[in-house]
Amino acid sequence: MSKDKKTPKKTEKTEQKVEKTAKRAVIMQGNEAVAKGALAAGCDFFAGYPITPSTEVAEILANELPKIGGTFMQMEDEIASICAIIGASLAGAKSLTATSGPGFSLMQEAIGFAKITETPTVVVNVQRMGPSTGMPTSPAQGDIMQSRWGSHGDAPAIVLYPDSVKEAFQLTIRAFNLAEKYRSLVVLLLDEVLGHMREAVTLPDLSTVRVINRIKPTVPSQWYKHYDENQKYLSPIASFGDGYRFHVTGLTHDDHGFPTNKPNEAAKMMERLNKKIKHNIRDLVQIETESMGDAKVAVFAAGIMGRASKEAVRMARAEGLKVGLLRPLTIWPFPDDAVTKMLKDVDAVVVPELNQGQLFHEMERLVRERKDGSLHRLNRNDGTVITPAEILSKIKEVYNG
Amino acid sequence: MAKIPQRKIHDYLRHDKKFPHVWCPGCSNGIVLGAIIRAIDELKLNRDNIVMVSGIGCSSRMPVYVDFNTLHSIHGRAIAFATGIKMYKPGMKVIVITGDGDATAIGGNHFIHAARRNLDLTVILLNNSIYGMTGGQYSPATPHGDKATTTPYGNIDPDFDICKLAIGAGASHVARTTAFHAIELQKYIKEAIEHPGFSLVEAICACPVIYGKLNKKGDAPAMMRNMRDNSIPIKAAEKLPADQVAGKIIRGTFIQEIRPEYTAAYKVLQDKFVTKEGE
Repeated sequence: MSKDKKTPKKTEKTEQKVEKTAKRAVIMQGNEAVAKGALAAGCDFFAGYPITPSTEVAEILANELPKIGGTFMQMEDEIASICAIIGASLAGAKSLTATSGPGFSLMQEAIGFAKITETPTVVVNVQRMGPSTGMPTSPAQGDIMQSRWGSHGDAPAIVLYPDSVKEAFQLTIRAFNLAEKYRSLVVLLLDEVLGHMREAVTLPDLSTVRVINRIKPTVPSQWYKHYDENQKYLSPIASFGDGYRFHVTGLTHDDHGFPTNKPNEAAKMMERLNKKIKHNIRDLVQIETESMGDAKVAVFAAGIMGRASKEAVRMARAEGLKVGLLRPLTIWPFPDDAVTKMLKDVDAVVVPELNQGQLFHEMERLVRERKDGSLHRLNRNDGTVITPAEILSKIKEVYNG
Repeated sequence: MAKIPQRKIHDYLRHDKKFPHVWCPGCSNGIVLGAIIRAIDELKLNRDNIVMVSGIGCSSRMPVYVDFNTLHSIHGRAIAFATGIKMYKPGMKVIVITGDGDATAIGGNHFIHAARRNLDLTVILLNNSIYGMTGGQYSPATPHGDKATTTPYGNIDPDFDICKLAIGAGASHVARTTAFHAIELQKYIKEAIEHPGFSLVEAICACPVIYGKLNKKGDAPAMMRNMRDNSIPIKAAEKLPADQVAGKIIRGTFIQEIRPEYTAAYKVLQDKFVTKEGE
């Protein structure tokens, strides 16, 4: 992208050609892959506020969006940023913001607003060490629970978590697709080390990228319901200016969108929010497994720790140990079924995380319910990562235990 | 000023859906809503093309009652939501309904920055000098010395001059009047909607049930009379010595300038690339 900025038009054209024909690998940063993924998904509105280590996403989109008729806004703070992208989405935009922990915390109230109003939006949180200002350029996985429970009230979340630059590209597209399909706010969690890591990636031909757009209503305006209970989660969604003149409120509302205090209507709205996630777990949850077939010990890890764990599993296999990996690409909704099966199939599970045990907490819930498997935490919370060798030594420790 | 019959106003209301409204007897919010509808009717705007955005508070309940595209957002953030809508669909008329607490306390940051950008929003700020919806706590616009449930011994805070705040932040159109001066209010709202840039109309409102009661301002008619007797047009104020103006509500248009508007500036930026491709 920085290349595009400096080079004249000629080079830009040839570069596009190369991408289309030869699909050559390019060196790319995680944050850059997010920006490219957003553009590939049809993102045409970004509002954000500078914060390390996410800023490159904003910088790239500031450069690219005006070129395609899209809009980039640098707002006065993170609260304004998320409110602006929700507003833009209500007007029909595919909108994005990118931030890190402190900004993500500021956004929580409006994240709840996007959820209750079922407004498609994507929020990227490139996690850094916390709490508070913490260590802005150091990795940590402290926002796993915040991404699930951060906003007040009890609403479900969709949270995706890539482990590589290429997957950051793919999951950004998927985040937009899920947002549009399920009329939901979708969070993409990145690790600081992934946001800033450069690696060789071969991006797919953009014409092969599957892009989902929200369904537009076709009914006459007097029949339109902004939350159509007959169509469940996939109900069509009008935009401001389409001629439907609907009402949007953060108050608990009926299916037209008008505020209500009636318990039966409130229950119906909450059921709708939960059902659209619960009934579509298979579509929403993505996992990756490696060498799980005959595994005696499994490693369960997400994001950059999933990547380190994959290496640890390969090292263990090279030593003849029967070890496998389960890595969730979707962390919320939590992959209950896959984890439950894993807990039944193996003797022990190691859960390496850059926090005090947030995914581990969910694993404990499943163990309590199913009463099999044995869990071993491996945590670090000092701004550095856990190395594959360290994961391997933990694997060995529990292997014969 | 064209007279608009009451029946015409009904056409603009969602009277079959969300009435009766939540406002207390004697509240000025209905007068302001009437002035907004009359101004819009005068301008013959297409309703499909109007978005009314609000935050949280008594005045922010307004959008649910009117038949436009309506967004009742979260506390203090109406202008931030409106910014997203206006930037994505610059052709739409975006009207922000906010209160003194919503716009200048929790939403102060968004208020000054939208003014600074000169984004084409029409902000109608209903200033009732108090947080009414939560039961009467003091706001940045509660006059010094006045009582609220959280200033039981009198307010020690100096209060904002909201119009000066907007002008200082860069707003290109700023006007103030009171709910008593309903025709003037309608005129100012009409001018604000027509103005290409950030416009603020501060409507001084009466909250007889909470603010009035706490501060012994009398009943609703007494508070209306106070608006009449205790306000002066800006031109008259300019001729008077400062001590005679102090404590009065100054009515009028404080600033009305044509300056580069934000969505237009962004369009110029986007168009640079369109022409390049065409070359």
